[in-house]
This record gives sequence, structure tokens and C-alpha cells, in this order.
Amino acid sequence: MAGESVKLLGFWCSPYALRVKWALKLKGIEYEYVEEDLVNKSPQLLQYNPAYKKIPVLVHHGKPVVESLVILEYIDDTWKQNPILPEDPYERAVARFWAKFADDKCVPAMMGAFTKQGEEKEKAVKEAQENLKILESGLGEKSFFGGDKIGFVDIAVGWIGVWVRLTEEVAEVNLVDAKTMPLLNAWFERFPELPTIKECIPPWDKLLEHNRNFHKRLTAGST
Amino acid sequence: MAEGNKVTLHGAWPSPYYHRVKMALKVKGIAYEYVEEDLMNKSPTLLKHNPVHKKIPVLVHNGKPICESLVILEYIDETWKDGPKLLPQDPYKRAQIRFWVNFLHEQVFEALYSIIKTDGETQEKALQGLHEKLQVLEEGLKKFFPDCSKPVVSENVGMLEIVVTSILGNYKAQQDVLGLKVIDSEKTPLVFSWVAALVDLPAVKETLPPYEQYVPFLNFMRQTFLKPPTA
Repeated sequence: MAGESVKLLGFWCSPYALRVKWALKLKGIEYEYVEEDLVNKSPQLLQYNPAYKKIPVLVHHGKPVVESLVILEYIDDTWKQNPILPEDPYERAVARFWAKFADDKCVPAMMGAFTKQGEEKEKAVKEAQENLKILESGLGEKSFFGGDKIGFVDIAVGWIGVWVRLTEEVAEVNLVDAKTMPLLNAWFERFPELPTIKECIPPWDKLLEHNRNFHKRLTAGST
Repeated sequence: MAEGNKVTLHGAWPSPYYHRVKMALKVKGIAYEYVEEDLMNKSPTLLKHNPVHKKIPVLVHNGKPICESLVILEYIDETWKDGPKLLPQDPYKRAQIRFWVNFLHEQVFEALYSIIKTDGETQEKALQGLHEKLQVLEEGLKKFFPDCSKPVVSENVGMLEIVVTSILGNYKAQQDVLGLKVIDSEKTPLVFSWVAALVDLPAVKETLPPYEQYVPFLNFMRQTFLKPPTA
């Protein structure tokens, strides 16, 4: 792996950058990390991602790959050790389905629970709970979405386990607990405790402070 | 692979998501049974196969359902390995295609849909938004897919071509119904010439609904969206 030029442009508390960090770590890929200032985006970032101007960007041999799920697939296509996606096409389709479901249905509702207020907030909380319950059905009785080992869905969706707790704390809502979603709740506790996973997650206090400040700015001046 | 290889596709004739899968099966030469779903009265089979979204398209292969059009396209490419490839082998090229497919699916489709649903100033703004997105696509094509300016042939119909035609392939009907240019050939000449060439290919022509069928449908859809809410 020496001489492989791999660079990751990210932001310290971006869950999308976290996904990529997890994948790189699991594959044992060495890389240079570049922290981007999202208020003052670097010319490099704008050049690498002109369409969205966002992180994460994976740069491999000078060529950029953007959009975190596209990056995960690229990593799996390029480095064959410790496969992230299963071999079987049907299992791959199931994995892609759940990753997409979480991004399309769970995340916006969870963001809504964080950013909205009053009736809209209540609606978002309910929607988040419903969709997280559906996500739980994709996990079932397995230890991880990938089975006995973590896989594509765990890496794509695992950040939600941390961010759900942040949202619950900061926005003072209840999204997932052992009573309503015992299986998902257990996975929310199990996944971030894995050493390779835990190492990449920013410290809880820092995340909490950052999100509290963000929440304050969003809700400032509202009744 | 031929023995016991039962493929069923649940779709609805106007759906661009269904068109993607139809095109992919055609390109790959895969035989299948088609089930037209009444979206106002979905079949128990559809609901059983897609309990999460209850939507079409659903591809059922040997009894196992695959949902979400882009997931289905990848499944088709990974399962039927003979014949044309929907995605290239090279990981970087695959990443480029997946990026632009997602861009089309999330950004361009939404912008186009907004134009269909609105009128007046809102529609004007939505049209501007679509043209901006198409300009991003134009730059992307120039940079990453210089080949698309070469003659377009059936052999080169892959995931990107399938998704772009599923969204923009009916541009003539859309322009006639909406009375505005969906793809501006002056602002985005490459996108325009590429799509115009693609819609003449058999795989695309035989998949997309005929103009005469699509226009009344689009008119109906638009009228439904623009109808003032009843008191």
C-alpha cells in the first residue's frame, strides 16, 4: 500500500466524512486527512467538487471521488481486502436498499426533529420513529446489518446511532429506546463500541457542544 | 443461467423509474414477465414484495424482490454478466457514472418535476434551476465523458444513458405541454445533442412511452397539480 496517494478532505464532525474514515480504517488504507473550513472552502475543494462544493472528497492518485456512498463503493471496488459489500448480488442489492432507505427516509426526519419546532417538530419525531422502526426490520436479530461482521449498511448508517443520541439530548426528544426498538437500540450501542469504529468518532463532549450551539442558532429568536 | 431463471417486473407505464429497468433488461437481452400495476389499486403481490415503499418498479428474480430503480440496475449488471455492461470495470469510471446518475436522479429529476407541477413565477424559477443543474451536467460531461460527444450507438447504452433518458427522454412532449425549453440547446449543447441522439436508439425509443400517449398523461398530471384546493 506504500506509495498509494490517498487523501481525504473532510470536516471533523461530518457524519459523511466519518463513513469514509471508517471504510478506510477497516481496509487498512493509509491516507492524508485534510480538515476543510466549510465557511471558507479551499480552492482545492471547489476544484475537486464543483457540482456540490461539499466534503467528503476522496482523492486517489490525484483523481477526486465525491458523495460518500459513491466513495464507499469506490473504496470497495479498488481495495479488495476486507470487503464491505457482500459477494452475492442479491445481498448487495439488499445492502444498497437499506443504506438508501436510511439516507432518504430516516435522516431527513431526524434532521427535522433537530431543526424544527412545535407541531412540525412533533411530526418529524413521529416520522423519524416510524422510519427507524422500519430500518430495524432490516437488521432483525443479527448483530450487525452485515451479519456477524460489519458491512456496507453498518458503515453507511452507523453514524445515525450517535446522531440520534445527540438529537435526543439537544432537541429533547425521544427517538429510539430499548422498549420501542430493542434491536436497533442494541445495535446503536454495539456498533460505536467496536474499537476501529470508536477511534474515528469525535469526542462526545465536542459533538454535543457543537450541536448545542448549532441548535441554539437555529432556534434563536423563535417563540 | 437460463434454466429456472424467472424474472418478473412490476411497473407502471408512465413511470420513469420503471423505464430505467425496462431499458436495462432490454439492453441486456433478459426475458421477463411484465406486470402493469394500477397505482391507485396496488396488487397484493406488489405490497408483499415492497412492503417498505409499496412502489414500483420491483424486479422479482427467482422469487426474490429487488426494489429501488438504481439498486435494480446494479443488481441486473452484477447478475447477468454476459453481454453489454451497464457500468464499466474501472473503479474510477464506475464512481464517475454513479455520481452523475445520482446527480440526475436527485437534482435534475426534482428540478424537472417542479416545472411540471408549477406555473407563473414559481415555474420560471424552477426552470432556471433546471437549466443551472443541466449546466453542471454539461461541464461534467465535457470533463469526464468526452466520448458522449461522439456518435451515440446502442452498444454504449449503460446506466448513465438509461437514467438520463428516463428523465429527459420525453423532452419534446414536455416542451410541447409546458410551452418552454426543458433542455436549452444554446446553454447546454452537449446535453441536448447527447439526449437527442439517445432517444433515437431502439432500446430507448421502444421503452419510453410514445409521444401521443405521454402528452395527454402529462397534461392530466399537470392539471391535477395546478388545480386549486377545494374549499
